[in-house]
Amino acid sequence: MKDQMILRVGMKMMIPFILVYGLYVIFHGDLSPGGGFQGGVVIAAAFILYAMIYGRDEMHKVLPRGLSDALVAIGVLIFAGTGTYGLLAGYRFLDYTPLKPSEPGGAEAWGMSLVEYGVGFTVSMVMVTAYNEITEPAPDERKTS
Amino acid sequence: MDIAGHYNFWVAIAIMMIGLYPVIAKPNLVKKVIGLGIFQTGLFLFYISMGKIDGGTAPVHFPPAARHPQNYTNPIPTALILTGIVVAVATMAVALALVVNIKRAYGTIEMDEVEEIDHRDDQR
Amino acid sequence: MPDFLLINLILLLMVTLTGIAAVRARNLLGATMLMSIYSFLMALVWTNMDSIDVAFTEAAVGAGVSTVLLIGALVHVGSEEKPTKSIHWPAMIATVATAAALLYGTVDMPRFGDAHSPANANPVSVGYIQQDVDKVPDASGHHAQRPRPHGDYFHGHVPNFVTAVIVSYRAYDTMYETTVIFLAGMSMILFLRRRKDAP
Repeated sequence: MKDQMILRVGMKMMIPFILVYGLYVIFHGDLSPGGGFQGGVVIAAAFILYAMIYGRDEMHKVLPRGLSDALVAIGVLIFAGTGTYGLLAGYRFLDYTPLKPSEPGGAEAWGMSLVEYGVGFTVSMVMVTAYNEITEPAPDERKTS
Repeated sequence: MDIAGHYNFWVAIAIMMIGLYPVIAKPNLVKKVIGLGIFQTGLFLFYISMGKIDGGTAPVHFPPAARHPQNYTNPIPTALILTGIVVAVATMAVALALVVNIKRAYGTIEMDEVEEIDHRDDQR
Repeated sequence: MPDFLLINLILLLMVTLTGIAAVRARNLLGATMLMSIYSFLMALVWTNMDSIDVAFTEAAVGAGVSTVLLIGALVHVGSEEKPTKSIHWPAMIATVATAAALLYGTVDMPRFGDAHSPANANPVSVGYIQQDVDKVPDASGHHAQRPRPHGDYFHGHVPNFVTAVIVSYRAYDTMYETTVIFLAGMSMILFLRRRKDAP
């Protein structure tokens, strides 16, 4: 794949736009169709495309395995942490009111966005991990790519 | 026998059965995983058909064009199926990981050959 | 509305034919490509039925990531299926019996597209949309109706009702579905990752 000039140059120009589109879908989940799940998969598609064109070692330089494993867990922690913060502040679990006590409507928007970011992290990193693990070459077929 | 009122449900059941047959009948594991994917999508089609409203629109609200609440597609089945789809692909990824491991352990992914190897190893 | 009906029938016919072809293909790489086409056609079916969030997710996940994972697995596993005898009769009988039972169950279901079916006219759905429509402010900041005081049951006043349902009304379910996805990621790592010092 490294020798295909059209693929390399074309994808090098497209991958930033795919990443920005994925972030747009996550951030605008409240206002238009989208949300954490869809945006997470689009971001994962950008990373998978990079790994397919330039090789897995290049992608491990950009997104090391430790970082993707940690982000999988951090996404779930953001979600559960927002809920627990509501519990510790004296309201119900997953009540978003203590994020902005003066204005309950605004607190709802804050809480929903925060939780969507957590979901986006987890979904995108799980898809990238799944791709990494499934396409790992077996020890006897390790090739130089 | 209200065809015009129920045809979507019948097509969804047909798709589910098209997906169920290879899970039972085909010995190849990847074909079973593909059949399971078709079954899941047919099931989602059945569920979402219950939420469609004639003459309705997508469940997003822009204030100048407000409608009567029953003119939006019901958002609750949509919300439930949305997370269901992502969970379905996650379980499909785990199923494929298991298939790759079976190939490493047995050297084949046809279930009848795998059972034969197991049977031979038990008899030893 | 004949245009909805026509598009729906054509798309459902294509979906069924693609599903049958994906099941019967002996070359697994071809079956994977047919699954990708099938997912994309399903996304079109759902767009036609106005469930756009589901269509978005299915297009991204089914026609995107799922195809890549299947092809990645096929590289390790081999992509030709052993030929089998043509029809497996016990499986066919079981499938037909299940289909008959399910079809018998749909005879007294409400009409497709009925706005007054129990699924569409229950207080939760209607009340949810009504409160959302009342409370989302338009461009100049006015609400359509005076918002009720703090303590109303349906939260989440954002334009996208589906996100409001997922993240605010049913946030507990979404938390556990995120945990399920996390567990899937952990299982992938445990099954397939090799340690550097392993033989």
